[in-house]
Amino acid sequence: MAENVSGVEIQLENVTKRYPGTREPAVKDFTMTIPAGKIVILVGPSGCGKTTTMRMINRLIEPSSGRITIGGEDALKLNGDALRRKVGYAIQQAGLFPHFTVAQNIAVVPGLLDWDKKQISERVDEMMDLVGLDPAVYRDRYPRQLSGGQQQRVGVARALAADPPVLLMDEPFGAVDPITRGNLQDELLRLQLELRKTIVFVTHDFDEAVKLGDKIAVLGDQSTIQQYDTPEAILANPANDMVAGFVGAGASLKQLTLLRVRDVDYHDDALTVVAPDSSPSDLRRQMTEKGKTYALVLDARKRPQRWVHVRDLSTASTLASVGRPVGDMVSTQSTLQDALEAILSEGGNAVVTGSRGEYVGTIDITTVTDTIQQLREEHDAGSAAS
Amino acid sequence: MSSTTEIQGFSTESGSRRADRVRLFAQPVAVVVIVGLVLVWAFTRSNDSIEAESIQAGVLLDKTWEHVLITLVVAAIVVGIGVPLGMVLTRSWARPVAPLFIAIANIGQAAPALGVLVLFFLWTEWDGLWAAALPIAFYSLLPVLRNTIVGIQSVDPALVDAGKGIGMSSSGVLFRIEVPLAVPLILAGLRTSLVLAVGTATLAFFVNGGGLGELVDTGYKLNRVSVLVVGAVLAVGLALLVDWVGALLEEYLGPKGLT
Repeated sequence: MAENVSGVEIQLENVTKRYPGTREPAVKDFTMTIPAGKIVILVGPSGCGKTTTMRMINRLIEPSSGRITIGGEDALKLNGDALRRKVGYAIQQAGLFPHFTVAQNIAVVPGLLDWDKKQISERVDEMMDLVGLDPAVYRDRYPRQLSGGQQQRVGVARALAADPPVLLMDEPFGAVDPITRGNLQDELLRLQLELRKTIVFVTHDFDEAVKLGDKIAVLGDQSTIQQYDTPEAILANPANDMVAGFVGAGASLKQLTLLRVRDVDYHDDALTVVAPDSSPSDLRRQMTEKGKTYALVLDARKRPQRWVHVRDLSTASTLASVGRPVGDMVSTQSTLQDALEAILSEGGNAVVTGSRGEYVGTIDITTVTDTIQQLREEHDAGSAAS
Repeated sequence: MSSTTEIQGFSTESGSRRADRVRLFAQPVAVVVIVGLVLVWAFTRSNDSIEAESIQAGVLLDKTWEHVLITLVVAAIVVGIGVPLGMVLTRSWARPVAPLFIAIANIGQAAPALGVLVLFFLWTEWDGLWAAALPIAFYSLLPVLRNTIVGIQSVDPALVDAGKGIGMSSSGVLFRIEVPLAVPLILAGLRTSLVLAVGTATLAFFVNGGGLGELVDTGYKLNRVSVLVVGAVLAVGLALLVDWVGALLEEYLGPKGLT
């Protein structure tokens, strides 16, 4: 594990919340360990108690019984307000105070902790830089003057302002459009790479859970844990019908978003030729020798340019314009989902490029299906053994 | 204003911001012109000795000042009682008794102002400024009390949750979030209360409280129309000016960033 983890472990033991006048508890005997520096997603249908569970961690809701420790410290023994100042909190639609400027909103928690003015002011600028808002432009704006995505960024900056080890996020990206949501999710992952907080994230969107979570807890009624595992494991092997229903159709497709091209065995045996160094007749001879019908033409820096069929070569005078241009390419960083998209649009083979755009191989549909098959078998074997 | 709250606030908005702006400028101008014209007329006509006794600068200024003083005292009492009471009644532990206080304030406003004034006089046997100001304050308490409650209740619960969630104490949430965001409605209530108070203060002379009502009374009883007109026009002008001051407060004291 990275050595710069700033998060701490959270433990919930037999936590129960019973509201007066109701027969069944809202949260029943909930036990979970949330590892330090990880993003754990609580996901489940509305009304399952996931938000109640999260709100008991910072005691916005007091548990009826059970034990909660944050970094080994008993959360139920602390003063509630003092506890909440040490736990970041971000909610849907950001919950920014409309009569405070962006800077004032971010400065609330440091202010409550009695930091001195200069320190707060520096921290505000630092946080705004961190979430990608230029302090010179946005410092003195009011929340109403920002877009939904910008408000959400300020919400995250406010939650992180006092550098809490733990961050609770209650459907923070629920109210923004899908494109902005995607960007915010990417940014959260980028931030987390740097900050390594312990993040508890509530959502009802399973795709969001798969994208963001180091671990996902699928919760049923009364916040009962149906499955608590990595996204890969849940997708490959849902523990029961309820989880399978929640994962929904397309589990295999979702799995493709978790895998990178660099992690799979793509081919590197395509016949390639560097355009300026070769002629159509040379290439034709090579292709007949090796029994290939297609070849890939590269430029001087080995970047893929064109696909050539052996038929095209008889009439061509130069390799620079023969065949058809290469369309969608994927890099080794791309997800298998991107690769599949490229394979489909290219009609069979997609070209894989390295970090500088140079040719490294090709990937086809059998690579993708074999990989999924292999994952299934691994997780089946794993769950059978345990 | 939120339609989910069971208690509705008093609103002073016309619905058009432009109309409000024009009014902000035109209202005091109209008052000054009309009051000026009436005063010029009253001072230049040939007044008999009874009229002359009332229509002189010293007397008019005294009566106007008494009237303003009653209004100021009432405003202080109404803000001093209505706002804190409203804040207390919105706390979760006090919610059950809120309707009781609203009902009492409703009685104060529903009863005729003169009745409240006279009953208070008969009960306490006081007279003068306080004998007038206290019942008038009771009479005009409701808008401030009710708007404080409605204003605080209509603050988005997500903001209260966010405030608590990031570690504000309950009083921090009340004074930094709930009350500031309720200020526009509280000021609208204060403006309504002030208009009620300045109107009702014309009855203060019944309990020896002075004010412009005294001129109206004198003019009426002694059958001097000029005195009656001067008293009435000054009272109307003062009411419109007070309303204008209320509008100014609403315009400039509200929290920033809301529009």
